[in-house]
Amino acid sequence: MTDTTPTREKPIVALFATCLVDLFRPNVGLATVRLLEQAGFAVEVPQQQTCCGQPAYNSGDDDRAAALARQVIRQFERYSYVVVPSGSCAGTIITHYPELLRGDKEWQDAAYRLAERTWELTRFLTEVSGQQTEVPAEYAGRITYHDSCSGLRELNIRQQPRTLLSAVKGLELVEMEERDTCCGFGGTFCIKYPEISERMVSNKVEAIRQTGAETLLAGDLGCLMNMAGRMQRLNVPVRAYHVAEVLAGMTDVPAIGEEENR
Amino acid sequence: MQFSPQQFKPQARAALQDQDLQQALSRAKSGFIDKRRVAVEAFDDFEALRERGKRIRNHALEHMDIYLERLEAQVQAAGGHVHWAEDAEQARAIILELCHKASAKRVTKSKTMVGEEIGINEAMEADGLEVVETDLGEYIIQLAEEPPSHIIAPAIHKTRQQITELFDRYHHRGELKKKLREIPELVNEAREVLREKFLTADVGITGANFLIAETGSIALVTNEGNADLTHTLPRMHISISGIDKVVPTLEDASTLLRLLARSATGQEMSTYTTFVNGPRRDGDPDGPDEFHLVLLDNGRTRMLQGQFREMLRCIRCGACMNHCPVYAAVGGHAYGWVYPGPMGSVLTPLIVGLDKTRDLPHACTLNGRCASVCPVKIPLPKLLRQLRSEQYREGLMDSRNRLGLAFWGFFATRPRLYHTAAGLAIRVLHALSRGRGRFRRLPMAAGWTGSRDLPAPSRRTFQQVWKQQSKERGR
Ligand code: SF4
Repeated sequence: MTDTTPTREKPIVALFATCLVDLFRPNVGLATVRLLEQAGFAVEVPQQQTCCGQPAYNSGDDDRAAALARQVIRQFERYSYVVVPSGSCAGTIITHYPELLRGDKEWQDAAYRLAERTWELTRFLTEVSGQQTEVPAEYAGRITYHDSCSGLRELNIRQQPRTLLSAVKGLELVEMEERDTCCGFGGTFCIKYPEISERMVSNKVEAIRQTGAETLLAGDLGCLMNMAGRMQRLNVPVRAYHVAEVLAGMTDVPAIGEEENR
Repeated sequence: MQFSPQQFKPQARAALQDQDLQQALSRAKSGFIDKRRVAVEAFDDFEALRERGKRIRNHALEHMDIYLERLEAQVQAAGGHVHWAEDAEQARAIILELCHKASAKRVTKSKTMVGEEIGINEAMEADGLEVVETDLGEYIIQLAEEPPSHIIAPAIHKTRQQITELFDRYHHRGELKKKLREIPELVNEAREVLREKFLTADVGITGANFLIAETGSIALVTNEGNADLTHTLPRMHISISGIDKVVPTLEDASTLLRLLARSATGQEMSTYTTFVNGPRRDGDPDGPDEFHLVLLDNGRTRMLQGQFREMLRCIRCGACMNHCPVYAAVGGHAYGWVYPGPMGSVLTPLIVGLDKTRDLPHACTLNGRCASVCPVKIPLPKLLRQLRSEQYREGLMDSRNRLGLAFWGFFATRPRLYHTAAGLAIRVLHALSRGRGRFRRLPMAAGWTGSRDLPAPSRRTFQQVWKQQSKERGR
């Protein structure tokens, strides 16, 4: 990183990395930072962040989910922009926090304020930063893109990643059949109903395989881990990366679930 | 009617292993989806139509008492009778009594989900009546002695081979030797059998797609015309409907019918649409001597009052299940009762109780595709989530999940502790993966690794990497 401009002159973006990225794939977080910096923002990563609370919320444990929502609001409310490299975690903050905190006017207002300033990464890059045509990355090969459900249906993320990817040199996008059908991840669903989840992800893998793509991209690490894990179990030779990694030109690390010294 | 929503998990497992079922499901799925898409795209502004449908239903629910009273008055004015049933038992008693009064022996039926909901077939058969289903799909599953697996395509789980075998057994005493036959041939054969039944039935039972308050009519749509033969030929016509089906005007009904046909089967209009107004009048060429409308509550007024009211907008089109990847994987029987798929996973717990349906609200990834196609914009994932909250509050979640959540929540709400623990756990996991990048088996994560590899974490968490990089860069 050669950029030495003092950060205080640039608008600041807070990164909500998500718990999965934090725990499993730091490279997605780093790629997100690089993309935001390239777009002219200074990035801060509030250190106390843990999880958006989705596991509790989707399990019906509203009190615990609300506690996490308040924690996230407190940590991020001072920022004008909060960017999340995940449609489902961004969706939780944007569409579900206000709902979750509806019992408490003050907190609900705070939730609405945060919701207004929170962005899914690809949407932020195309709609706010306006840098979508100057993506300098290169990625040689044929990719296919999975539309993760929450991003797609809660936040309308569909065209944004494709717009960004169309500027990546050497990259060819082949759409799969039923690209907007759920991959069977569903958070705790895939563990509670493993057989149903297996069928769903197998269907997905078949659709991916049919495209002849060498690489699978998506905007949510949970779905990616699910699909990559199934492809590896079935020996389907398709590599999986988060879209941020390709956009940032940071695919020099092993793909998701791949051996380290490949 | 089978009642086993508690057995969702084993039933789903069995369904996934059932080759015939899987074959039938995969054939059905794309057909429904494609047809709906074509119909929706051909319509000028389907979104606006959905919005209108939603408003009509909301308004009708808001003033349900008024419209039901008007409906009753209009049905009576047309010479019909209205009966109110609080629950399934009352509804069955009313219908059996009507059949007795008509000295009925044979009853024809066109498809009614409320009929399934109250278990009317079993009750009538136990009472010595001969019950004949006249919808082709219903007829098939009646022969197979199975419940419907879909609200508009009850026999969708059957393959052509299975239907051929059934017809061979029942129509030809097994003499045709199971040669696979074409659909039109099977349809004609069933028609042949049913014709005689239509002509000799004493009572005809139908459902109702909508109840129209201003005219006292019931709207009936089919693609086979069987509902019309069911209600015009016998001496008595009994229509059973949930009270939620009432709408103010004919105009409202026609808007909803347009939504229904497109959402259900991708048609502009169902082949037969009929508005039934009371019994035969002087000068009518045909029609029954008596018309009875049985209106069922069965939990609906309770739903009207609470946070699940939106579910009552449902017009039973089946689009949500057609677009549900869980339904596509396991079919309708796994859900264990009348209403399968997303709408059933909301309705069933509300009708029969949360404690008997623990799996239903959870067996869903909350992917939201159902809500995106629902013609009356019911936020099904939101309602499923609300049911999960109710379950949690009522202590209906199993202790393992509850403990897991408490454990995770303990750390997640204590950031400092969380990051220390996470850093350690990640290091251990990374070491265990020995550079292979993934786990084929991991005892703590057997639910995951049973069917897929688990990507291993990197050596350090993002927070750790970030902290170090920041130091180096002097951020
Ligand atoms: S919930 Fe909506 S999509 Fe499902 S059957 Fe009812 S009206 Fe149709």
